[in-house]
Amino acid sequence: MAMTLNDDQNMLRESARDFMASEAPVTHFRKFRDMGCKDGFSHGLWKQFAEMGFTGILIPEAEGGMGMGQIEAGIVLEEIGRNLSPSPFLTTSVAAVEALKLADKAMRDRWFPGILAGETVIGIAIEEGVKHRPEKIACVAERSGNGFKLTGHKQFVVQGTSSDMLIVAARTAGAVGETDGLTLFAVDKDAAGLSMEAARLVDSAMAAHVKLDGVHVNADAVIGDVDGGWAVLSKMLDAGRVGAAAEMVGVGTGAMDMTFDYLKTRKQFDRVIGEFQALQHRAAHLYGEMEGARSIVLKAQSLMDEGHAKAELYVAAAKAKAGLACNLAVREGVQMHGGIGMTDEYDIGLYMKRDRGLNEFFGDAYYHADRVATMNGY
Amino acid sequence: MSELETFRAEARAWLEENCPAEMRTPAKGDEDVCWGGRNFVFQSDAQKLWLERCVAKGYTVPDWPKAYGGAGLSPQETKVLRQEMAKLGCRSPLNSFGIWMLGPALLKFGTEEQKVHYMGQIARGEIRWCQGYSEPGSGSDLVSMQTFGEDKGDHWVVNGQKIWTSYADKADWIFCLVRTDKTNKYQGISFLLFDMETPGVTTKPIKLISGNSPFCETFFDNVVVPKHQIVGELNRGWDVAKYLLGHEREMISGMGGDGGVTSIGAAMKAVLSEEPVLRAQMALFDVENLTFRAHGERFMDEWKTGKAHPAYSNLMKYVGTELNKKRNELVMSIGGTQALEWESERSNGGSKARNWLRTKANSIEGGTSEVMLNVVSKRILEMPGA
Repeated sequence: MAMTLNDDQNMLRESARDFMASEAPVTHFRKFRDMGCKDGFSHGLWKQFAEMGFTGILIPEAEGGMGMGQIEAGIVLEEIGRNLSPSPFLTTSVAAVEALKLADKAMRDRWFPGILAGETVIGIAIEEGVKHRPEKIACVAERSGNGFKLTGHKQFVVQGTSSDMLIVAARTAGAVGETDGLTLFAVDKDAAGLSMEAARLVDSAMAAHVKLDGVHVNADAVIGDVDGGWAVLSKMLDAGRVGAAAEMVGVGTGAMDMTFDYLKTRKQFDRVIGEFQALQHRAAHLYGEMEGARSIVLKAQSLMDEGHAKAELYVAAAKAKAGLACNLAVREGVQMHGGIGMTDEYDIGLYMKRDRGLNEFFGDAYYHADRVATMNGY
Repeated sequence: MSELETFRAEARAWLEENCPAEMRTPAKGDEDVCWGGRNFVFQSDAQKLWLERCVAKGYTVPDWPKAYGGAGLSPQETKVLRQEMAKLGCRSPLNSFGIWMLGPALLKFGTEEQKVHYMGQIARGEIRWCQGYSEPGSGSDLVSMQTFGEDKGDHWVVNGQKIWTSYADKADWIFCLVRTDKTNKYQGISFLLFDMETPGVTTKPIKLISGNSPFCETFFDNVVVPKHQIVGELNRGWDVAKYLLGHEREMISGMGGDGGVTSIGAAMKAVLSEEPVLRAQMALFDVENLTFRAHGERFMDEWKTGKAHPAYSNLMKYVGTELNKKRNELVMSIGGTQALEWESERSNGGSKARNWLRTKANSIEGGTSEVMLNVVSKRILEMPGA
């Protein structure tokens, strides 16, 4: 396919851009941050997302959704990133939906309507350590009665305490470090033995530490195949990764645009500081980095939508590049704003915090560069 | 099947049938590259045959109009053809500054007669061109150039000196910036074409740090150039030159046989597996490389549909050349002491070291990285100031 957006995609971009700018701009984020909201996002906004059709963007048309692909989900995410709009879109409508698309009909029928209505939130319970290492999952699911008993802990479960259901990856076979032997489960928030402790993160998002103390689930809670969860997990993770990358393109572009505007207005030494070549070259370099990130993310999305064999490689490269470029954008942003860049009053610092969170989400740039090397045969 | 997929099948079948097996192996060095021209000596029958077949089909310049030696393919068809050539490992039948630089400028600024004549010669590989832009006192500040063409009625008499003229000693003709009005800096330059065998033209190769001499100094001593050999209007050669430079920069994003996405890391696994920090550098390079290829693809798609900013090729030139330098630094580090060898057969005549040194010119020639950043900053980002 051509590496340009088509007319429909451009229209979606315009409506997503207008929507986020008017309904969920940075002032909206600040409001929920400052009230110390226990969810870290507005349920009212989540319903508005549903009215726009965003929540079901990846759900097949036959099941009530928009039946679109990663490019379209990425268009919405870029606008979310640009406005720092807090929502469960990335976890619920992108990552969780991609996993649930591989679940049986009964489970899809149970969860898709709530997602489509903007009423349901789903948490992704994968991480067990401080860095993303999905193959190192140690949480155990033992056969018990007509189902399984889950024991272990999870962390960095974004919006965990606001979730109606958690997608939990656990080991039904194999040893820690192996990709075989994992199974994904849909665990209800009210399940006995499940406890959560919410933690506020640097970017004001809420994430939970989850304890699973012999949580019983029925056999029909399994998403995909028992012991073959890696396939579902990979699909879910790659959707989340390319989605996070798209959001970082938005965060980085937002920070960059704000910084370039500042360079054109701030005066020192009787000149607008954007006249200084020392800053111009850094600005131009940053622009190139962000344009590169935008390109590799679009490439990864389109390969995923095609089901291309190289999609995994490009998703890893896209998450890595978007992470590096967005990180540069926020660092240059704060530095070029000077003293006011350090103040809470100015928005640029909020972009720096959001970048940090997204960089860690489903593997940072170094993790994914390492995967690129491995996939490239060294 | 869509029309494009039908074309893909046809192109593939044509390539299967017409590209000689020898031309589906990677070129070992510059001597395997066909540059065409009056003095070119084919290295093999296969090289000659491959060129002739591509010329007959219009595939040396697939996206040029048929009337000017091309195959009249659409941008999408051209992309498909290149993809199929890459899949089969087909070598480029003809490399030429005529194809990459002069042709597009002629298509935009040339007369119908010039297009038929010069573009036809380029497409058939008959004339090898060189580019006369830089002068000893005019590098980044190219517009300060002094080579002067004195008006003598039906011709100009050109005097002056060019430098960094690529392969001037092997070229048949030159496209050359010549000052035709000393009172107007920008609108006093004309874009002239002339034969390198014209009396008064001499060339002298410049030996570089790589030990090779791809560039020359070129001297003009009362060189007579007929008036009809001007491209575009009198004194408006700067417009042609800028357009052509844009194309030169655009070409950089299309370089590399398979689009350049194949990692060089796998072949160096033995070293990388024992050098974790070097492996990490290589991994980050691969991320940048995949990014640049995707960026180039996106840029080409936007350029061809008129959506790209006119100054965007400056950005691609900056990113692409810096990346190429980085690649060669890694090749040297991974190659270790063997990459230091300068002459041995084992080192293919010091090819790694020589390529590494050659790439240092990438961010100087055709506009330095610093000038590219200036242009991006001012024209795309609209930063204030002179």
